[in-house]
Amino acid sequence: MVVFRYDKTFEGLLTALFDAYFRRTFPDLLLGDGDSLPLFVTECHTVATDSEKSGRVWRALQKSLPDNVCNMLVMGWLSEEPGVDMMLMRYMRHAFSSPSGSSGGQNADSSRNGDSGKGGGRKAKTNSVATDFSNPDILRIKQLAQKVANEREHLMQFTRFQKSADAPDDTSGNGRSELCYAENESETAESISAGAGATYFAPVSPRYNALPLAIPYFRDRFRDQRWLIYDIKRRYGYYYDLQNVTEVTMDDDAHLLDGQLDEAMMAEDEKLFQELWRTYFHSMAIAERINPRLQRQHMPRRFWPLLTEKP
Amino acid sequence: MSDAITCNVPNFFLSCTGMKKIIVEKLKVLAESAKYDVSCSSSGITRAGKDGHIGSAHGWGICHSFTADGRCVSLLKIMLTNHCIYDCAYCINRRSNDLPRAAFTPDELVELTLEFYRRNYIEGLFLSSGVVRDPDYTMERMVRVVKELRTTHRYNGYIHMKSIPGASELLVREAGMYADRLSVNIEIPREENLKLLAPDKNHESVYSPMRYIHQGFLENAEDRRKFRKAPRWTPAGQSTQMIVGATPDTDSEILRLSTKLYNVQGMKRVYFSAFVPVNSYDTRLPALGSPPLVRENRLYQADWLMRFYGFGAGEIVDDLAPNLDLEIDPKLAWALRHPEFFPVDINRADYEAILRVPGIGVKSAQMIVAARRHSTITAATLKKIGVVMKKAQFFVECGQISGGMSQKSAVFGEAPPVFEGGILKKSDFSISTGSPTFSISSGRGLIGDMHPDLIRKLLTTKKPSRKGPHSDQMTILFPE
Repeated sequence: MVVFRYDKTFEGLLTALFDAYFRRTFPDLLLGDGDSLPLFVTECHTVATDSEKSGRVWRALQKSLPDNVCNMLVMGWLSEEPGVDMMLMRYMRHAFSSPSGSSGGQNADSSRNGDSGKGGGRKAKTNSVATDFSNPDILRIKQLAQKVANEREHLMQFTRFQKSADAPDDTSGNGRSELCYAENESETAESISAGAGATYFAPVSPRYNALPLAIPYFRDRFRDQRWLIYDIKRRYGYYYDLQNVTEVTMDDDAHLLDGQLDEAMMAEDEKLFQELWRTYFHSMAIAERINPRLQRQHMPRRFWPLLTEKP
Repeated sequence: MSDAITCNVPNFFLSCTGMKKIIVEKLKVLAESAKYDVSCSSSGITRAGKDGHIGSAHGWGICHSFTADGRCVSLLKIMLTNHCIYDCAYCINRRSNDLPRAAFTPDELVELTLEFYRRNYIEGLFLSSGVVRDPDYTMERMVRVVKELRTTHRYNGYIHMKSIPGASELLVREAGMYADRLSVNIEIPREENLKLLAPDKNHESVYSPMRYIHQGFLENAEDRRKFRKAPRWTPAGQSTQMIVGATPDTDSEILRLSTKLYNVQGMKRVYFSAFVPVNSYDTRLPALGSPPLVRENRLYQADWLMRFYGFGAGEIVDDLAPNLDLEIDPKLAWALRHPEFFPVDINRADYEAILRVPGIGVKSAQMIVAARRHSTITAATLKKIGVVMKKAQFFVECGQISGGMSQKSAVFGEAPPVFEGGILKKSDFSISTGSPTFSISSGRGLIGDMHPDLIRKLLTTKKPSRKGPHSDQMTILFPE
């Protein structure tokens, strides 16, 4: 059995694939750095993650697969599912070994397939391996990517911000720096609208690591308020300072992990709006149509602890 | 406007605890009044955020919460006021009802919307109102709210606004400059029934704002062809809703009317709302034990068939059976009425034909069409793709040998399939040549070998619940 060890990063996986092609041996098993070896190992190679090698693999993938499929691979990776690395490696090998762009043509179905067949030239690759759903790896990766995409949408749906108390820049060191740690305190004070001073904090705990995928949405929508979205399961988050989004990790995040801001850190009208939202939420339900099963189907229970309206 | 609550509330929510209570109370009253409106979608327009503005819009809409009845909360669905001069029998806010009345000032509503929006509670505002004084007066007040949101507060999110029946064209035009979607509710499909239940309304008062909206939409499309930067006018189009079950209108009438609305008025959506008996004392209304939820669901399924599956209203319901079958979904019902169309060969049939198979939806059909270019699709693949094999097994063939052994090709080889819509030709319908094909279901046959009623029975009988061991099952007395 051939075993590769790598550092459990996406770059590491791409480097592993590079090494596999270089050594002409493909692993039967991928292990993380600390994992113990199985019995009967004939060969164990330790992959040293190299951005140049991984970059080459990635560029080659981008050449042979359409963009949405490359995104799909990343999303499959973000699912953090056990064994997804092996599936991805087989997928990528399959993509490299199948003649890219040569399929298609003779089949009348290409016009039916809606999203494919248009754009010609480069996009003729749409008909490539990615649609071969009778291959279990390809189907599974697609389904995993779909799950991650759904989780991203759940984040967009069920993230709830809490407004923290205003902390003007002159008293830095107060509530503000407690909440978020940002080195560059030199924000341009463009407080055009009401919410500009305060930071909006949102705890999330997604099943898959989909937060990076949802950030563009928050960035685009809440661009005139500071916000911090913190993944309390994976203990990292993103902070937006009206200019840029930066990834943050906090050494001391115990006070954030229960998902509710401290009363002292909350803006004074925060309680009122939470109550208003709860009132609104409960009065929207029509008693004659109560259907808790349908509610849970759309809004699974695992989100409830962090929802303002469902304490 | 004559209401005791509004007059003394300043724009600041925080002044004192008494004010807080009033605001909470008002929100409650006005939300309760607005909740019977079905539409809550925030779809139809994708708009990126702008610097210095708050908000964006997503083309497919985002539901931010779901109430205990399972309905989506996407927009802050709220009434500007629930005072109303009309006396519509089906409406909770009718004049003769004794219920708490309230009204928001525009400033309060604007602040509420923005604060909710900033916390990612909502996707936008859905503004409706009872009719005070006259339609134009009401409409003008509503326009003031959305105008203030858009201009003063640079709000860039979604706004859905109700257009009051009978409002003048100028006001509708102005509303469309700020709102993403406008809607007027038809409520009752047949006009004489509408007049019976809502003596102050008629179809003309509903259709005329609809026409203004449609015209404005078309003109705007024309403008945008000429000038790329022309501001958009009601970019997400218009929608409407009908109450189901308050009047004796049949499903056939409802579906035909909604087809017309899609085609003529350019509706984006027609919503159906199961009649909730809010005014049970009114004898013009039927006495229902519970709202006809199943019928509502079937109507939505039929609506989907018309919008995404290429069905016509005439195929789903006809004069023989003017109402939808409540026991099985309309697609399955169609399939059972048209056994000559099946079985469909998954590996050869057209996309449109595959789409008509019960158990196969748009996504599965697209995946099938894409995947069969690489290799033959088998029943196992179908199942993995996500096809509901419980239903589909009777209607498809995959050129695969398995337990069933029911040769179908002989039966269908002679009789060419007939198809009313004229979409499918005989050649689309694959007749396997050479190797015989077999059904994929073990022990059960295809629709060609079985009476449709038998399939119906197989699909509708409920399995006994799995709770507890079956009474016939033997048990191990002495487990190891």
